[in-house]
Amino acid sequence: MNPIEIIAQYWPRLLDGTLMTIKLTFLGALIAALVSPGFALIRTHAAPLAQAPLRLYISFMRGTPILAQLFLIFYGSGQFRPILQDWGLWTFFRDPFNCALLAFALNSTAYQTEILRGGIMGVPQGEIEAAKAIGMTRFKTLRRVVFPHAYRIAWPALGNEVILLMKASALASVVTVFDIMGRTRQIFSRTFDFSTYLWAALIYLCITAIFVLIWRQAERRLSRHIEAHHKPRVAAQPAKEPQA
Amino acid sequence: MFELFSYGDTGWGDEILRGLAITVQLAIVTLPVGLLLGFLAAFASMSRLGPLRFLGFGYTTIMRGLPEILTLFVVYNGVGLLLNMALRWWNPERGATDFSPFAAGVIALGMVFGAFAGEVLRGAFQSLDKGQTEAGRAIGMTQGQIFRRIQLPQLWRFALPGLGNLWINMLKDTALVSVIALDDLMRMTKVAVGVTKQPFTFYLLACLIYWVMCVLSELVLYWMERRANRGIRRAV
Amino acid sequence: MKLKNKLAAVLATTAIAASMATSAWAQSLRLGTEGAYPPFNYIEADGKIAGFDVEIGLELCKRMEVECEVVAQDWDGIIPGLLANKYDFIIASMFITEERQKQVDFTDPYYLAAMTHVVPVGSDITEFSNEALSGKVIGAQSGTTQADFIEATYPDADIRLYPTQDEVNLDMASGRIDMQVGDMLPMLDWTTKSDDGACCELAGDPITDPAFVGDGVGIAVRQEDDELREKLNAALMEIRADGTYQAINDKYFDIDVYTMQ
Repeated sequence: MNPIEIIAQYWPRLLDGTLMTIKLTFLGALIAALVSPGFALIRTHAAPLAQAPLRLYISFMRGTPILAQLFLIFYGSGQFRPILQDWGLWTFFRDPFNCALLAFALNSTAYQTEILRGGIMGVPQGEIEAAKAIGMTRFKTLRRVVFPHAYRIAWPALGNEVILLMKASALASVVTVFDIMGRTRQIFSRTFDFSTYLWAALIYLCITAIFVLIWRQAERRLSRHIEAHHKPRVAAQPAKEPQA
Repeated sequence: MFELFSYGDTGWGDEILRGLAITVQLAIVTLPVGLLLGFLAAFASMSRLGPLRFLGFGYTTIMRGLPEILTLFVVYNGVGLLLNMALRWWNPERGATDFSPFAAGVIALGMVFGAFAGEVLRGAFQSLDKGQTEAGRAIGMTQGQIFRRIQLPQLWRFALPGLGNLWINMLKDTALVSVIALDDLMRMTKVAVGVTKQPFTFYLLACLIYWVMCVLSELVLYWMERRANRGIRRAV
Repeated sequence: MKLKNKLAAVLATTAIAASMATSAWAQSLRLGTEGAYPPFNYIEADGKIAGFDVEIGLELCKRMEVECEVVAQDWDGIIPGLLANKYDFIIASMFITEERQKQVDFTDPYYLAAMTHVVPVGSDITEFSNEALSGKVIGAQSGTTQADFIEATYPDADIRLYPTQDEVNLDMASGRIDMQVGDMLPMLDWTTKSDDGACCELAGDPITDPAFVGDGVGIAVRQEDDELREKLNAALMEIRADGTYQAINDKYFDIDVYTMQ
């Protein structure tokens, strides 16, 4: 095992892979974050029958392995190439990055929808009633009361979901995307040096650690108006009132 | 199209079912390994000894932070290497040994399950009502009796949802062993695709089979949760 | 409790495996191959591993008077598998290259090979140089001499590496990749004899640069198994001499792959 040699010779490729992983994860989570609030509202407010297709989709995404979903989209689209070409979609599906991104976005949307649903349901009824009482429209209530609170409740779970998405992104290597895992396997197939995998592990752990730090900082910022009230008054006792 | 799925030499039905059997076997064997590791991790994380807590923290952080496929590769390539190095040092005459992909799968998936389960169990332990434990001690129960009669049933109730989730995730993660040449459902599907050139059909079939397994698991877990929570009064 | 039994079984299996001694010379050997590389090695519909490589391998075993078991292993892990003692020799259309000789030893070549470019029928790719192919999508199986070739020769192209040859072919047929580089004989087999391969044809001159093609295709053994290597070489000579090689050769190919004529 020659860990120093490996990193010295192959660090550009690993860096390249790292950027690809971050790109995949970030874009996938972003797309899901844009779509999931709408879906979460459907889950919390729509009639059961209207929810059915959404629930089916969520159940499918959560009940099947990401690997299978990836293969389904990547190789499945190849099987339907003529049809896709007729619809002008082939250029999209031709690129493995797009296929992987689509799979991850679909998957993350399902999970984020459920997480947000939990957040929305956790908003105290009293706050919504208060908003109604002062005459806020439905939309304003959602924008000013429900969603900020829902996101705060769901924040840790959403952070978890992004980490899980990053771990899932390692599978993109199986459909020829050169992320960290893809580069690692490429290097291993030439050198057979085990320390390649250890470097990959280190990189993943570093990314996770940095992300967790940033996410927790963001959480603190989001909750700063709450902490100010709940932080116990420290040490400095106010001067005692002189005995009356 | 359905002749593709039939039994016998021309159909792929029997290969896929064989793969399914391996998948189920893998999940069932991994479960106890994962639970054992989970309990060990939970005890280590809650221990009074600093080094033990550090070990527990390190194990859970690393196993939860690494992609499962990386863990799988590391175990598959690394344990074989370690085993051979150890054996060669112990007895240079002997040749090296074999390390089956099934064992690699069990160990890798078990370690991942154990790390997540450790956190679930730790949370469950910390939710236990200390008063009941003290009551048990007050009437003279031994530590073992307290664990078995008082703590474990409650632990089970608290941990079940979390552990159930982990079981379903593990069921899906077994698909990864197809990448290290274990003939599970995913891999047999891949082989069928390679021959028939119909990826969408077969991968959709694989998805549906996993989906059914997960939904069945969810139903069983729902029933188990109902049973574990019988007699418990809820706040609402 | 069932749990206890299962756990005990897993622990016991690992312990037993760890205590089993297997030397490279015994009454039975294990032959490692990929099983995803027709016509040299592939898995038939009934699950058996077959192909030119497998038949030659089993024939050699017969000459060495040992029982051979055929073990399939993914290409990415095929050399680590040999080193980890999952099998005793690899006969899987593996080119003899310097890079590989750092890890394993090879027997004499049991057939010669070249690589070739493959493009869709009617493709506009006529020139095979780095400038002409810059930006084009080129695919190959990872961990092969083909992959080394395209990485070295066409660094400006969009290179895609796949775990198996089948997946490269699948994407070639669907048009996701513009070109692939593969071994001459399997590519010939694919483009002329299979339905999906009819999409494509061989193009350009055969790639015979020994820097990539090496000294031919050999059987890989662990570096300490000299006895096995010599026995394999002797058996190879035997089957060449008495015509068995020719018989197996003719089942699969129109030319003599040992000499490439």
